[in-house]
Amino acid sequence: MEYIDEFRDKKLVLQIAESINSIVEDKLTFMEVCGGHTMAIYRFGLPSLLTNKIKLLSGPGCPVCVTGKGYIDKLIALSKLNNVIIATFGDLVRVPGSTTTLADKRSSNSDIRVVYSSLKALEIARSNPERKVIFAGIGFETTAPTSAATILEADAEGINNFYLLSSHKVMPPAMSAIIDDGVEINGYLCPGHVSAITGSRIYEPIVSKYKLGCVISGFEPLDMLQSIYMLIKQNKKNEPRVEIQYKRAVRPEGNLKAKQIINEVFEYRDDNWRGFGTLKLSGLTLRKKYKRFDAEKAFNIKVEKTVENPGCICGQILRGVKNPKDCRLFANICKPETPVGACMVSNEGACAAHYKYNLVNLTLKGSDIPAQGNALGQDARKI
Amino acid sequence: MCLSVPAKVVSICGDKADVDVGGVIYNASLYLVEDIKIGDFLLIHSGYAIQKIDKKEAEETLKLFKEIQKKS
Ligand code: SF4
Repeated sequence: MEYIDEFRDKKLVLQIAESINSIVEDKLTFMEVCGGHTMAIYRFGLPSLLTNKIKLLSGPGCPVCVTGKGYIDKLIALSKLNNVIIATFGDLVRVPGSTTTLADKRSSNSDIRVVYSSLKALEIARSNPERKVIFAGIGFETTAPTSAATILEADAEGINNFYLLSSHKVMPPAMSAIIDDGVEINGYLCPGHVSAITGSRIYEPIVSKYKLGCVISGFEPLDMLQSIYMLIKQNKKNEPRVEIQYKRAVRPEGNLKAKQIINEVFEYRDDNWRGFGTLKLSGLTLRKKYKRFDAEKAFNIKVEKTVENPGCICGQILRGVKNPKDCRLFANICKPETPVGACMVSNEGACAAHYKYNLVNLTLKGSDIPAQGNALGQDARKI
Repeated sequence: MCLSVPAKVVSICGDKADVDVGGVIYNASLYLVEDIKIGDFLLIHSGYAIQKIDKKEAEETLKLFKEIQKKS
């Protein structure tokens, strides 16, 4: 078992899609809140296999997209300081701030390095003891333990030139905000890798408060179709609950060690989300014990006033009230090579996924599953 | 940021492992997981293994796919 091809069996994909289509009666809308799911839905052309009674909607699941412009502006201000190195995931470099991008700052002498892991950022700090290294920590519960573990490592080694600018966020407050906002959905496809860390219980308040089903889904086409099938069944029986489809990676209790490490290093705070504004207790900041690693405390910077681009509706797309197609800049001014908003920068963004697969690629029907590069740039069909 | 495909452990050295993703070898930290052996499949995120893939559960899921198909 290699855990890939078995979950992409084309014959089975088509049969399960047919089963789904045969049991749906009412129109149903399901929202996914994970960039990996957004990519999978577009990449495998799932909507084209399903009856139009089923609508799949993208929510605030792309970590780069939900990171507010103010955070990008802060990073840009930090990058102007002498003797500082900014270490960041690649996508953030191209996200427009209020007046410029990190990519622009890099070409005008700021030292900005792309890393795929906080561990790499720590390594840069070790090998540049005379400089200050600031790691841009973004992402949900999946990434938070990796940043936390790196802080613990830096602490144990007594490293004093490593800092974290945390924009780590937790998912449930945004899922509640969507419903409080009046967006009408019939269930959530819950993020598989967030849940691998948190476990399944974090979604229980969504079920009890909003009477919405929550199915934790894997990322292969069969996983996602099975999850949709499970949500339809829940709706038919009017029995919303939390179910785990992605059982090979998600235990009800989650990853206890990772949760304990998050809790050791971080505490909750109110945080700003693109499109949502401030959501209560939706972000993670370093606890007092680790404040010496906090870039917000360690550096005195003047951050420019946040200016949003009035043409970009990325925030509304993240809230599930608009689609990429509704944006008049989509595919003309705003393209992956010239992104106007964060939703077009990240591969996991709805605009980028829509651009790449809906405009360019084939769907499953009558063709093979389209070739696709994963986060490390390989062709997933060969994996 | 996130590798959505499972990576196979090919060697372990302390709390680091070399993992194979489609023939490409990456180094990943095992700091966030426990009881990892060579041959296990892991989910890797931002340089860290975040969970081990459970083979029995994967087989159960594959069986369920067949059941959905039969029911209709
Ligand atoms: S297409 Fe570009 S400008 Fe329009 S919403 Fe998406 S990111 Fe913003």
